[in-house]
Amino acid sequence: MTASSALYDIPGPRALARHRVYAWITSALLAALVAYIVYKLVDTGQFSAVKWRPFTYAGIQRLLLTGLANTLKAFGWAALFSLLFGVVFAAGRLSDHRVLRWASTLVVEFFRAMPLLVMIFFIFIALKLDPMLALIIGLTLYNGSVLAEVFRAGVNAVPRGQREAAYALGMRKTQVMTYVLVPQAARAMLPAIISQLVVALKDTSLGYLITYQEFLYSGKLIATNLDYDLPFIPVVMVIAPVYIGMCMLLSWTANRVARHERRSPRTKGTKVTTELPEEI
Amino acid sequence: MSVLTDNFSLYGKGLWGTVQLTLLAGALALAVGVLIAGFRVSPVKALRVFGTVWVTVLRNTPLTLLFFAVLLGLPRFGVVLPFMVFAVLALGAYTSAFICEAVRAGINTVPLGQGEAARSLGMTFGQTLSLVVLPQAARSVIPPIGSTLIALAKNSAIAGSFSVTELLGTYKPLNELGYGIVWTFVWIAVGYLIVTLSIAGIFGLLERRFGVAR
Repeated sequence: MTASSALYDIPGPRALARHRVYAWITSALLAALVAYIVYKLVDTGQFSAVKWRPFTYAGIQRLLLTGLANTLKAFGWAALFSLLFGVVFAAGRLSDHRVLRWASTLVVEFFRAMPLLVMIFFIFIALKLDPMLALIIGLTLYNGSVLAEVFRAGVNAVPRGQREAAYALGMRKTQVMTYVLVPQAARAMLPAIISQLVVALKDTSLGYLITYQEFLYSGKLIATNLDYDLPFIPVVMVIAPVYIGMCMLLSWTANRVARHERRSPRTKGTKVTTELPEEI
Repeated sequence: MSVLTDNFSLYGKGLWGTVQLTLLAGALALAVGVLIAGFRVSPVKALRVFGTVWVTVLRNTPLTLLFFAVLLGLPRFGVVLPFMVFAVLALGAYTSAFICEAVRAGINTVPLGQGEAARSLGMTFGQTLSLVVLPQAARSVIPPIGSTLIALAKNSAIAGSFSVTELLGTYKPLNELGYGIVWTFVWIAVGYLIVTLSIAGIFGLLERRFGVAR
């Protein structure tokens, strides 16, 4: 926040008074908005017992928990396979062999350019795979390709002297990679990797669109039930905090790791960032 | 090949839907994103808090969930709009969080002296931001905004599953007409590549014309 403080003077008494007025106006507007939403919620009967009763049923709770478990299962497998995919194709892109390099570049660029949903639909409809498999494969191809770019950027970001020194010591290229470059790159890239896992976690919800029984799908099953008077809003109010909470926890971990690594002497000289490399 | 030539209008309609979604949601996201970025660097704490909450919540919400909440939830509120408008709102709000972060990062790249000079000329916060800092920040945020808009174009595929006319949704009628599913998807993929590569091209041009030499 150093730059932003250059945008305005330290407020004096009059500016402070003015800011207080702005703060009051903002708060009043937000409060009015919240009040209107609550009014609308009550007015359209979103808090009626019939809409909330399903959540007290053991069966419904089990349905939601199964959904959550399925979401986490898909996320776990996708994360694991994406990391493997990323390592393999990053190694391919950094290879000295031209054919390998080109092939890996082609694969990585293709899967990064395709909308994830198109790939998932293709796997699900054209290859007629199980929804869970389709979701995991789609997530792996997309996030794995992004991770491959992250790994490659990480290895390239290690100061050149490290590689040169390792070669000067007579190490072979595999040794240079595994003993010198990857350990440093991994530390610097860990936050970006976790950030990408947040994307993977968010994208597991695409499984809903191919009828994979994940968290949002469970929610939809409850929300479209006429017996419970179509509790769409209550379902969103239950599901959204869980999703957002899980993602925020991961994002927060990424930021913490980034802060830790930035202070660590072992990543000196390599830029630590939670952001993914930007390139068009 | 015949999938494309026989159903050119269907594909065209789908592609146009995707382009429309991208343009409208992109414009909304840019407007809201820049505004929220302004909030996040403003001297008023309430605005800063609002900006932070907006970005944190939207960045950590799955887009499918947002679509679910907006397209299926809002009508329960008595808010009835065409699905297209709902889709633009959902996509625009979601993308605005990412635009905001890109703009904020851009604001931080503007040298401190610029803001200080503007202040010493007696400019207010609004003037400093809009006349001095943002125009310079804009030049350095062209590439990240480009990739955010590309991500937006790709994300617009989700709208197809919520009964909005767009490219991915065209697979359904074509599948029912009995065309080869693989080729159907090949042409859908080509359509998305056209959209994303055009955005990349436009932002490449902008970057070459206005970008900061690095």
